[in-house]
Amino acid sequence: MSTTNYIGQATSRVDGPAKVSGAATYSAEVHLPNLAYGYVVSSPIARGKITKIHADEVLALPGVIQVFSHENVPSVAWLDKKHQDQVAPGGSPFRALQSPEIQFSQQPVAMVMAESFELARYAASLLRIEYEQEAHETNLETQRAKGYEPGKGKTGYQPPPPPRGNPDKAWEQAAHRMEAEYVHGTQHHNPMELFSTTVDWHGEGKITAYDKTQGVFNVKNYLVGVFGLNKDDVRVVNHFVGGGFGSGLRPQYSVYLAVLAALELRRPVRLTLTRAQMFSFGHRPQPLQYVKLGTNPDGSLAALQHHVLHETSHFEEYTENIVTWSGMLYQCDNVKLGYQVAPLDVFTPLDMRAPGAASGSIALEIAMDEMAYEAGIDPLELRLRSYAERDQNQDKPFSSKKLRDCYHQGAAKFGWEKRTMAPGSMREGNMLVGWGVGGGVWDATQKKSAAKASITADGKLTVLSGSGENGAGTYTIMTQIAAETLGLPLEAVTYQLGDTDQPEAPLQGGSWTAASVGTAVQSVCQDLAGKILKLAQKQADSPLQDAKFEDVEFLNGQIRLRADHSQSVVIRDVLQSSGEAKIEADGSTTPNMPKQSQYSLHSHNVVFVEVKVDEDLGTVHVTRVVNAIAAGRILNQKTARSQVLGSVVWGIGMALMEETVIDHKFGRYMNHNFAEYHVPVNADIRDIDVIFVDEEDDIVNPLGVKGIGEVGMLGVTAAVANAIYHATGKRVRDLPITIDKLL
Amino acid sequence: MSEQTTPASGGAVAAPPPVGTVRLTINGTAHEVQLAPWTTLLDALREYLHLTGTKKGCDHGQCGACTVLVNGTRINSCLTLAVMHEDDDITTIEGLGSEDNLSALQQAFVDHDAFQCGYCTPGQICSAQGLINEGKAHSEHDIREMMSGNLCRCGAYVGILAAVQEVVNKK
Amino acid sequence: MNSFTFHRATGVDDAVRETTRHTGAAYIGGGTNLIDLMKENVMRPSYLVSVAKLPLAAIEALPDGGLRLGAMATNADTAWHEDVKSRYPLLNQAILAGASPQLRNAATNGGNLMQRTRCLYFYDLATPCNKREPGTGCSAIGGFNRIHAIFGASDQCIATHPSDMCVALAALAPTVRVSGPDGERSIAFDDFHRLPGDQPEKDNNLRPGELIISLDLPAKGFSKNFSYLKLRDRQSYAFALISVAAGLELDGTTITDARLALGGVAHKPWRDQEAEQLLIGQPATVETFARVAAQVVSTAVGQGSNDFKIELARRAVVRALKQAAEGSQQATDVFQNSNP
Repeated sequence: MSTTNYIGQATSRVDGPAKVSGAATYSAEVHLPNLAYGYVVSSPIARGKITKIHADEVLALPGVIQVFSHENVPSVAWLDKKHQDQVAPGGSPFRALQSPEIQFSQQPVAMVMAESFELARYAASLLRIEYEQEAHETNLETQRAKGYEPGKGKTGYQPPPPPRGNPDKAWEQAAHRMEAEYVHGTQHHNPMELFSTTVDWHGEGKITAYDKTQGVFNVKNYLVGVFGLNKDDVRVVNHFVGGGFGSGLRPQYSVYLAVLAALELRRPVRLTLTRAQMFSFGHRPQPLQYVKLGTNPDGSLAALQHHVLHETSHFEEYTENIVTWSGMLYQCDNVKLGYQVAPLDVFTPLDMRAPGAASGSIALEIAMDEMAYEAGIDPLELRLRSYAERDQNQDKPFSSKKLRDCYHQGAAKFGWEKRTMAPGSMREGNMLVGWGVGGGVWDATQKKSAAKASITADGKLTVLSGSGENGAGTYTIMTQIAAETLGLPLEAVTYQLGDTDQPEAPLQGGSWTAASVGTAVQSVCQDLAGKILKLAQKQADSPLQDAKFEDVEFLNGQIRLRADHSQSVVIRDVLQSSGEAKIEADGSTTPNMPKQSQYSLHSHNVVFVEVKVDEDLGTVHVTRVVNAIAAGRILNQKTARSQVLGSVVWGIGMALMEETVIDHKFGRYMNHNFAEYHVPVNADIRDIDVIFVDEEDDIVNPLGVKGIGEVGMLGVTAAVANAIYHATGKRVRDLPITIDKLL
Repeated sequence: MSEQTTPASGGAVAAPPPVGTVRLTINGTAHEVQLAPWTTLLDALREYLHLTGTKKGCDHGQCGACTVLVNGTRINSCLTLAVMHEDDDITTIEGLGSEDNLSALQQAFVDHDAFQCGYCTPGQICSAQGLINEGKAHSEHDIREMMSGNLCRCGAYVGILAAVQEVVNKK
Repeated sequence: MNSFTFHRATGVDDAVRETTRHTGAAYIGGGTNLIDLMKENVMRPSYLVSVAKLPLAAIEALPDGGLRLGAMATNADTAWHEDVKSRYPLLNQAILAGASPQLRNAATNGGNLMQRTRCLYFYDLATPCNKREPGTGCSAIGGFNRIHAIFGASDQCIATHPSDMCVALAALAPTVRVSGPDGERSIAFDDFHRLPGDQPEKDNNLRPGELIISLDLPAKGFSKNFSYLKLRDRQSYAFALISVAAGLELDGTTITDARLALGGVAHKPWRDQEAEQLLIGQPATVETFARVAAQVVSTAVGQGSNDFKIELARRAVVRALKQAAEGSQQATDVFQNSNP
């Protein structure tokens, strides 16, 4: 028998066979009889109001059930508080179909319900709506003066720390200095799965919503609040999420509309948004970033200033942590960070993979490259000269920080020492070759999580926690943790998630699931182990008679004395002879705040990128990437690597092609499809190496994990931009770096 | 293929098209489905036959999630009408292998972790099967290029290449 | 998508008859563009005549040494056909540079000619568009027009034709055989598509009810010295910002015949016969190509966000002609051979 020490192994996904065979079912794939189909009609204008809806024209079509709009939907909860989900920014959340007012282009203005999807779509295409248009403003450039420092509305938002040292004077007096403005395109999450909700109606006010979400509990609480339902009557389920990246953190208007329709029509409902409508509810904002850096004669940072302005909506004050990281990634005693938002006539931005840090690291890490060239120092060496041994933002030590190992191992793997400094100095045939570096820092967070474990007499373990599976490998790592904790084979363990009937888990985001849910799973499995040990000790002549819990280990289906491996019992024998049909344990875990609060808890990475650029045509190909990450313990080498590979793809997309373009004349995103909103395809991606450096950390959480869903993306985009500069001598500060910017 | 039909704004509301019996052969099984002509092959599979392994990612031929094999050839099932396939042999992901009996390609996807969220995966695998059937892809470059009609937002391309390459090389 | 009647044509005559006698009728071949546009409500045919299964899929030799491409042959079958690969590799390369394998497997040759612009405003009913609704205005002028025309645009429309295949066809100059209510006729490829002028709703010069039957390629295929170069925002599965189809015939280093067409630049595949004439008789050198490229773009007009295309087109023409002259690297993707 192979060992049951599964944590850290490259275990294949336990949900893999379901996913590759089409057996994994997503929110639009629940088959229910008597389904009514919804289709959303979206506003063509960005601001104004609806003056007339000609619903009767389409209601006359046989099979059309209803046209919901502000004219006929029932009123919902009055207080904004009831509409605010766990991660809502401050303000007044958007309420679909509650008012004739248009607040953004593509706002849902009506929903047609019909007996088939095709009929609903057809009827929606015929629905005539009249509008009174008002002037809109969607251009941040013209609204710079409207920027203001936001309040502390949103969970997780940390206003930038106050300035330290004398950042202005230090910059003026620096031996070398740079200053520049950076901008990147608006992005939309665009998970492959369309937002969709299937609602089963069980009777008056009783529903089960199968919703595409990264948090079933967040959706449930929202529905209970908004519709005034009994919380025992609402169940939200989601066993598989076809990608989230932040888009499913908040309950979207799709779930609201689907539930509204089910409650009104008193029957099951399915609503799926179109790909175009996937551009209608939240995006990574487009920040205007200004950075000033200065170095001392020895190449260490003398001054660092980073100021950001980005948009929010008129109805909510969205915030993300863009500049904070700049105060802690490098050692610098003179730092000034600024952060402002300005309202536009768009939907509220929404956390998108590594929110804030992904944007901030672009500006900071391109600026560091510019600084390196100003100072005549190798860009990696420049970073080493300002290596932060302590988090200066919080004035705390890091719980662990092996970024130096990342630098060394990553550089060695990449062959960085062969780099020549001068731009354009590394040709290969007709191609200009460029090598660039970038990196970042991300929070290691643990949230309160609950779980439940039960084991039956046949030795089968079931663990429940209402987390999510959006591709991060939740099923797999939780199965590994549970199996290892109880010394059972993986096949004997079933982990279930995505159901509000399960113990509550936090939203699937922020890279905290492994740390949070993993800790809860480990904890309840340990509790269960304790109970099994007690049962074992009740047996006559038990070799474990006097053993304390710490004296034994659960391994390979046995409980044995750590001190004497020959003294063991078989777990299944214990269960079968105990007479208990099932043994259970449940509970929740919370971070050890007294311990954690003394430290700065963060993961780090560095990325080395090679690009080849066709000098004449401006075409760029990222030919090689090495991403070295210090993120604590890696629970599964295979799934963790995949997360980082995906992050690199995201970073490349952000650098070279991703951008949602708004036409300010219409105040409308125009490339709202996969043909013109470009994400990387297979042919864009070449060799990517992932290095996880060893990093032990018993402070962040008992498992020692920091999470890797977001940190892997940091620095990639800047490294690509820096590599392009190295190849071509062209410093592009306006991303994505499309062909036209390199001519 | 005739002159363009431009939409009439306003105008008379035409009744929905009538439903008729459409005969489809899917994964070797003959089905009779009551469909109107405006039902795409994708919607027929998902909403009428409950074969939900075939995914809807964009509904406009821009992502490849809906890829199925028609007479062994890969196409986007979202951009074709079910009524256009009465004489065809349609294979979906469900026809390539089951959870308990994976095909070599499906197993290679698991082994190489060639997916994360799994939503694009059935389309990737059907596309890869089509690529193998076509027999035109020989190099890494060929596979990357000929798998580029399938977007993966999780960015599992490295694993997809490895999985497809493994099966192509075994042929 | 609107309500329509579906008719499976039993023959070309039946197809033409059905299409002619139903107002709002349209042919459907592979459907890859039409169904997309129907879902967007950009096109709303009330009567669909399916011609996909008509016996028009053959690819066969013509008595004059040319090759007939059946209108219903798929793009993939055409690209991979042995005669196309060996005698018209430019066409093979252009087809394979377009769309995705799945789309090429469904899309037909006739349909490829009929595909409509990717103009973002044409596709979005929320914005005015003269091509979609004549007389409403052109939103792309003064709007986001990165993918729009630099040649032959009008003040009513600056859309481009999106095909790759058609760019190679423009260079190879087949005739388009069509069948209509008045019988068959042939249209020179260059006369098939049209410039927008004051009728941007019309993409081509087909008469009502006409159905494409075949594309008849002339014998000359430029199979030794050719290049299809496509520049786009990602390495695959994206429409061309600029593409260039070049074919040369050389006697030693002297150009004896030349073909040059550009894609992504105009309302039609943009063949430049003046440039071709400039090439003939000249040495196949970078200097010649640079001079010709400058001539090609001398009539180009930018619209703002597509201004870069003028310079990009100039450079792409030089590169494509150079690749064609070298006869070695016929790479549509400049990185194809760079990092094996």
